[in-house]
Amino acid sequence: MTRVLPLACVLACVLLIWMAAVVPMNWDQAQALADDGAQWQDVAWATLSLDRPLLPAPHQVAGELIGSIAGWPVTSPRSLVFHAVVTFAAAVVGFVLALALGVALAVGIVHVRTLDRALMPWVIASQAVPVLAIAPMVVVVLGNLGLTGLLPKALIAGWLSFFPITTGMVKGLRSPDPMQRDLMRTYSATPRQEFAKLRWPASMPFLFPGLKVAAPLALVGAIVAELPTGAQAGLGARLLAGSYYGQTLQIWAALFMAAVLAVLAVAAVDLAQAVMLSRRGGRL
Amino acid sequence: MPADIVVEAHGLGVTFEADGQRTVALTDVSLAIRAGEFVSLIGPSGCGKTTLLRLIADLEQPGAGRLLVNGTTPEQARLQLAYGYVFQAPALYPWRNVTRNVTLPLEVMGMDRAQRQARAARVLDLVGLTEFRRRFPWQLSGGMQQRVSIARALSFEPGLLLMDEPFGALDEITRDGLTLHLHALWRRTGLTAVFVTHSIPEAVYLSTRIVVMSPRPGRVVEVIDCDLPAERTLDLRDTPAFIAVAHRVREALRAGHSYD
Repeated sequence: MTRVLPLACVLACVLLIWMAAVVPMNWDQAQALADDGAQWQDVAWATLSLDRPLLPAPHQVAGELIGSIAGWPVTSPRSLVFHAVVTFAAAVVGFVLALALGVALAVGIVHVRTLDRALMPWVIASQAVPVLAIAPMVVVVLGNLGLTGLLPKALIAGWLSFFPITTGMVKGLRSPDPMQRDLMRTYSATPRQEFAKLRWPASMPFLFPGLKVAAPLALVGAIVAELPTGAQAGLGARLLAGSYYGQTLQIWAALFMAAVLAVLAVAAVDLAQAVMLSRRGGRL
Repeated sequence: MPADIVVEAHGLGVTFEADGQRTVALTDVSLAIRAGEFVSLIGPSGCGKTTLLRLIADLEQPGAGRLLVNGTTPEQARLQLAYGYVFQAPALYPWRNVTRNVTLPLEVMGMDRAQRQARAARVLDLVGLTEFRRRFPWQLSGGMQQRVSIARALSFEPGLLLMDEPFGALDEITRDGLTLHLHALWRRTGLTAVFVTHSIPEAVYLSTRIVVMSPRPGRVVEVIDCDLPAERTLDLRDTPAFIAVAHRVREALRAGHSYD
């Protein structure tokens, strides 16, 4: 209850502000469509149920969401679930790639001094490149090489999400204090043993915050990769089609779906963290 | 060299260099520690007592002189797991419970699981922590954590126990308890122990010999025999014999200009 109440309060506030904005935003359009001599109350009422509103009302978005989720079989291109699965699959593959790349880079940076100097500037530079600019090029180039569908999108998703994993792991792998490292030396542990029994477990508390940032980023990357290339499926395609045809309801429904997926992704990371914590006595 | 000499140092010297400043941490230290002895290194901060312990453990390299541990180089001794080291802080790995902290060196050695468990059970019994074996470090008091770290150092049965102010961060009541405990443990195991401290009563209570050191440059001022009865209780600290040894240690510390 103590967790639900604040959440419900925020939700209520957001809905109130949203509703308050719907009337003025849609006023002109509603007035243009209204019969001559319509009262202002009628116009205000009409702003809540336009076909292509500038800002749809909450109940319209909810209706569109329910209709596009439950109204079609999940294999239909008209089903929002279909598009969500396409995007989520690309994001998950991208996230796994980012995890592999992020951890590998961090291990290299921590263990090889030259890599620390050689790689870190490139890692940072890679994050300064606007993904919206590079995504179409990557998708087109890979398309010419015969790679289409999930993989190019996963690469963009991975590109966007490996950075927090790398920085978290670099910090984590360096977190053991001199005494903890000296201890390993007194046992004449090999570098591999020191890594497996000290650096790696010590880095876990630093990995999970990075993963929590990376998970939604992977989703953003997958959606952005769908935007500029006229993809036929996915939430990005849905957003693009919506904006072509002025289907604001469709756009908003897709945006909400993306938000739900992001929450699910972070919840999955939280679950993984909880499993790890239970094996460590409940503390990071 | 007699076979029962565990640590033998001749003219040891260490100089640290930082920001162009040379600090002589240790100069011309000669010392022999026999098997079964309990030797305390005592002196004020900066006298090089920790450095000397780290030299024996091969955690630091001497700039001058010769050092033998078990008749070989400190590196060979370390590779043979000849010593257990107890640090100033417990240095437990927080993601491991008590038993798994104690079995850590055994895992590194490649000992099989059943043997590891048996060893852990034995040393945890030795330090009186059997009922806490499944706890995690943060669930234990500071004194208990340091007992776990002693158990960890004993788990692979080294002949030599090196301790660097292990009770320094603890309150006096806990220290007294652990001092008693450590003395009983040493008597039972027959280990050779080198113990760094800056507490005079602690050194006198525990030791068979006390090495008094002095800073700037770090050196040995005097080695004092501590021939109190083998059976020691806390009451011993009020006896004339105990007070006499403590007085000699204090005089030696003063002679080393350590009260400047």
